[in-house]
Amino acid sequence: MRVALFVTCVNDTLYPRTGQAVVSLLRRLGVEVEFPQAQSCCGQPQFNTGYRWETEPLVRRFAAAFEGFDHIVTPSGSCAAMVRDNYPRIGAKAAAEGRGEELARAADAVVPRTLELSEFLVDVLGVTDVGAYYPHRVTYHPTCHGLRMLGLGDRPRRLLEAVAGLDLVELPGAEECCGFGGTFAVKNAAVSAAMGADKARHVEGTGAGAVCTVDNSCLMHIGGTLSRLGSRVRPVHLAEILASTREEQW
Amino acid sequence: MSGTYLGMPAFPVAAATATADGRLRANLTHATRTIRGKRAAAVAELPDWAALRAAGAAVKDRTLRHLDTYLTQAEEAVTAAGGTVHWAADAREANRIVTRLVRETGEREVVKVKSMATQEIGLNAALAGAGIRAYETDLAELIVQLGDDLPSHILVPAIHRNRGEIRDIFAERMADWGRPAPEGLSDRPAELAEAARLHLREKFLTAKVGISGANFLVAETGTLVVVESEGNGRMCLTLPETLISVVGIEKVVPTWRDLEVYLQLLPRSSTAERMNPYTSMWTGPGESDGPRAFHLVLLDNGRTDTLADTVGRQALRCIRCSACLNVCPVYERAGGHAYGSAYPGPIGAILTPQLRGTASEVDASLPYASSLCGACYEVCPVAIDIPEVLVHLRERVVQGGPASVGGQRVRLKPARGHAAERAAMRAARWALDRPGVLRAGQRLAARTRRLHPDRLPGPGRAWTDTRAVPEVPAESFRDWWQRTGGGREAGA
Repeated sequence: MRVALFVTCVNDTLYPRTGQAVVSLLRRLGVEVEFPQAQSCCGQPQFNTGYRWETEPLVRRFAAAFEGFDHIVTPSGSCAAMVRDNYPRIGAKAAAEGRGEELARAADAVVPRTLELSEFLVDVLGVTDVGAYYPHRVTYHPTCHGLRMLGLGDRPRRLLEAVAGLDLVELPGAEECCGFGGTFAVKNAAVSAAMGADKARHVEGTGAGAVCTVDNSCLMHIGGTLSRLGSRVRPVHLAEILASTREEQW
Repeated sequence: MSGTYLGMPAFPVAAATATADGRLRANLTHATRTIRGKRAAAVAELPDWAALRAAGAAVKDRTLRHLDTYLTQAEEAVTAAGGTVHWAADAREANRIVTRLVRETGEREVVKVKSMATQEIGLNAALAGAGIRAYETDLAELIVQLGDDLPSHILVPAIHRNRGEIRDIFAERMADWGRPAPEGLSDRPAELAEAARLHLREKFLTAKVGISGANFLVAETGTLVVVESEGNGRMCLTLPETLISVVGIEKVVPTWRDLEVYLQLLPRSSTAERMNPYTSMWTGPGESDGPRAFHLVLLDNGRTDTLADTVGRQALRCIRCSACLNVCPVYERAGGHAYGSAYPGPIGAILTPQLRGTASEVDASLPYASSLCGACYEVCPVAIDIPEVLVHLRERVVQGGPASVGGQRVRLKPARGHAAERAAMRAARWALDRPGVLRAGQRLAARTRRLHPDRLPGPGRAWTDTRAVPEVPAESFRDWWQRTGGGREAGA
């Protein structure tokens, strides 16, 4: 089984710890993960802002970089959703515009192999107890793309519940968007900030020491808001909790 | 508010103002959360909801594919039943037809059933321009009309008002429109409803002309259907001598059997009721009961152009239940007026720029009035993939492309005002398509990380006003992987 890590541009640049946590976790579970250097960005910021043509080279790059791998694992629900939901649309539109089937074929080739981390763990490896230890009170925010586009269901929660020492507390209004939304955070800054502030208040109200998601982009928004509000709650990616052991805390 | 959505500012500007209005936010949050919870419970009662939802989408899709056939059938059936059918290409033509029809009755006053189509075309203002006064009889529409306000929700037009505000509006304004509010009116819902009932009863009993929309038009019999909660609609539909119904061409359903699907989907999705209290159906004018003359105005107003778009046409499935508004976190904070249209919320964000085009600033901003969280798609009873259409329309705004305008196929140019963004997106794509350049950028950011300010200038300010920026790490993942051989060597 050849497994590739799609670390995502946000994690690569701003949150390398998350990528390192995935590598450490998968290695602990006996999976050797490869990192194709040709990878860059899934193209979500361009596509979701309306620049579909600017996305096409990135779709091609993604398909070429991950050719030959059985699984493409990514610690990002929204980037996995971008590939699975939108790559086929981009391919189909290019074909409809008379530019051939090549992009559609490239998209179709990566869609079934691209998995968010919790999907890979639960569905492919068949584990929910990954042997992690994380002695903290944690609240979980199911990100919109993970929840609704990928249909992650309770996979991340089951993984968290199996972590030794972890006290999982309910987040009120958990399924409501945090307000990040990519360029939405800048284009509609007032509404985004209002949504973020409500989410941060809910997180703060749980009494948890950490808020966990499967996406660092949502965490960047929630964590940035918490920080400005003077909160001590830490944003932490699911991978970093699952990588933590009694010997090594992430 | 001055009774028109024309010339309203772009969504981000209007939304920022609304977001800062504490009372508005509180009213909206209370109302949407209440109905959201009730709707979820009402939907959960039906074990076959997913199948109903799929049927609702499929029937609408099939009807839209053969819309010309069903509309012709409906026209023949309405005519055979003694009604008169008028075709209106746009808002101006529809308003002209209705104004003429009212004038021909010699009346100067009409009573109205709550109708999105007449809001869409601005009928009340057009009638007022012709010296005809239109009285809204739906409780919420009455509140909006008396308050010289605009509707802000598809189902609950006065959702932005609380009881205290409604009491004040009734007390101050009812006298200008007819029977004044009782002395010492309180803000108790029962008292407010009684004041409205007394005020409206006088209108029902004197009006000779009623104007309505319709939720459905059954092609096989030419039957119109209005679904409502209060019963004032039924008063307007049965008491006046002349009834004029303005109906969007997408409202047609082929048969009575199809209605069965929607009469389950609509009440549960909109008011969280198993069945709505009043479902009125009429087929042509009656001889002994109801109006003696019946006119149906079939309204296009951008619908044919919308139908020509293979992705965007799914917006025409909409049955105006407003479940998407009640679940939308953006609507909840921005309020309905920020959308600058009779159709607010997620459905408005995809319907309005298709019906009106994306030429104006507010219309071009609507596809961006969403974080793409997908909650609207999840609750939509006819499975409109609103996020998909939003992104599709964003593409139309910044990239241009083929569209149908006024029945003609045209190639739209990209909207103005996106030059800097377009350049940034191109530059980002250029760098992201070259991992070496990406890496150089990451290294530069890492080297200068101690210099990064806490608050950014320019477009970055929108982020840093309320959110801290993440600290740039000393080393990117890519560099770490290379330096440590994938974490196997020293220094990992």
